Amino acid sequence: MAMIDAFTAIVRRDLVLAMRRRSEIANPVLFFILVITLFPLGIGAQPKLLQAIAPGIIWVSALLATMLSLDSLFRSDFDDGSLEQILLSPHPTSILVLGKITAHWLTTGLPLLIVAPLLAVFLGMPNQSLSILLLTLFLGTPILSLIGAVGVALTVGLRRGGMILSLLVLPLYVPVLIFASNAVEMASTGLPVTAQINILISMLLMALVLAPWPTAAALKMSINS
Amino acid sequence: MQSHTTHQLQGENLSCVRDDRELFANLDFTIHTGQVLLLEGKNGSGKTSLLRIICGFREPDTGAVSWCGEEIPQSQYYSDMAYVGHLDGIKKELTVQENLRLSLALGQPGKLFIQQALEKVQLIGYDDTLIQALSAGQKRRLSLARLLITHNVLWILDEPFTSLDKQGIVLVESLMAEHCSTGGMIVMTSHHDINLQSIDVQSIRLS
Repeated sequence: MAMIDAFTAIVRRDLVLAMRRRSEIANPVLFFILVITLFPLGIGAQPKLLQAIAPGIIWVSALLATMLSLDSLFRSDFDDGSLEQILLSPHPTSILVLGKITAHWLTTGLPLLIVAPLLAVFLGMPNQSLSILLLTLFLGTPILSLIGAVGVALTVGLRRGGMILSLLVLPLYVPVLIFASNAVEMASTGLPVTAQINILISMLLMALVLAPWPTAAALKMSINS
Repeated sequence: MQSHTTHQLQGENLSCVRDDRELFANLDFTIHTGQVLLLEGKNGSGKTSLLRIICGFREPDTGAVSWCGEEIPQSQYYSDMAYVGHLDGIKKELTVQENLRLSLALGQPGKLFIQQALEKVQLIGYDDTLIQALSAGQKRRLSLARLLITHNVLWILDEPFTSLDKQGIVLVESLMAEHCSTGGMIVMTSHHDINLQSIDVQSIRLS
């Protein structure tokens, strides 16, 4: 189907672009690793304390790393006119936008997922919570990309949108942070975490369905400046 | 070859206000298959704003644009039109072919294949060249190749002759003539005098 072809073409193009500008992918992951490795140095060797705050540290770092990468989501397309061509496509803009968000998650969320186990061990996280940490990251980082896309779409036309973007997006990230880090904490004490995971799943599904439309609409507004 | 049904682009009573300055008001035009609408005027007279209104990026402050009798935005319009603006919309980290493939995926297949289109705009042999290695004129010709590989009736061109050499200008003029004679129509702005014999050119002077 032509619409699916357009979706995959967008994803593939963004992945090729990411491969050719490697620093852009490396940046958020590097930030994620650096922040997490700095915590033990700042706090000192107190295994108990580190273990207790590990879920929070990892999740806050993941959240900030995603925020750091958001601006690149539509920036270069906006600057070189590709965005105009995407908006003029006869295919639904929301589907094409979803393609861009998918590629963004594959290049920023997925690498975090890959390095997270290593960092969790580094912070002395107990083994039983490791799988839950990965599960929350797997469910949570796409939500961050989806919600972030709405914010970027609104601010991409502004010259200094960075500040406004943080203010717009951070409050919406807070629920993800609360449920995800709480799930990991509960898991490390052996308590059931089904409720938190279910809430994360429902948030992901809701964001998946609801985020592309406002993003498409906001891009149409941003292009008109 | 497409059937030669007639299409019609109509603007009625259009006006545009930017930063409290009226760029144009009560503008009317109608063009049909085979015609060219040329927008003239000095810098800042609202040519690009008018083009962006026709594209549907911007809403006119009064009036409406309609395609085949139906007001835009509408889905049929977006599968019938193609726009080449100030920004060429090509990615400099990708190759010529990768760029054209994406344009093809975003639209519907048109009259020519990628290779044929590259031959037409004299970029044959550049398929695997990264865009950053191309000159400004070559990039411009590439963005025009996009018009040839996707299905479209209406071309909206903002200064299509920018950074083209004499030969390039002749080339683009011949492409435009061919497009009009095979059932297409064009809305364009230009500083250059265009040389399109045997084609019905309407001009609007914005002041």
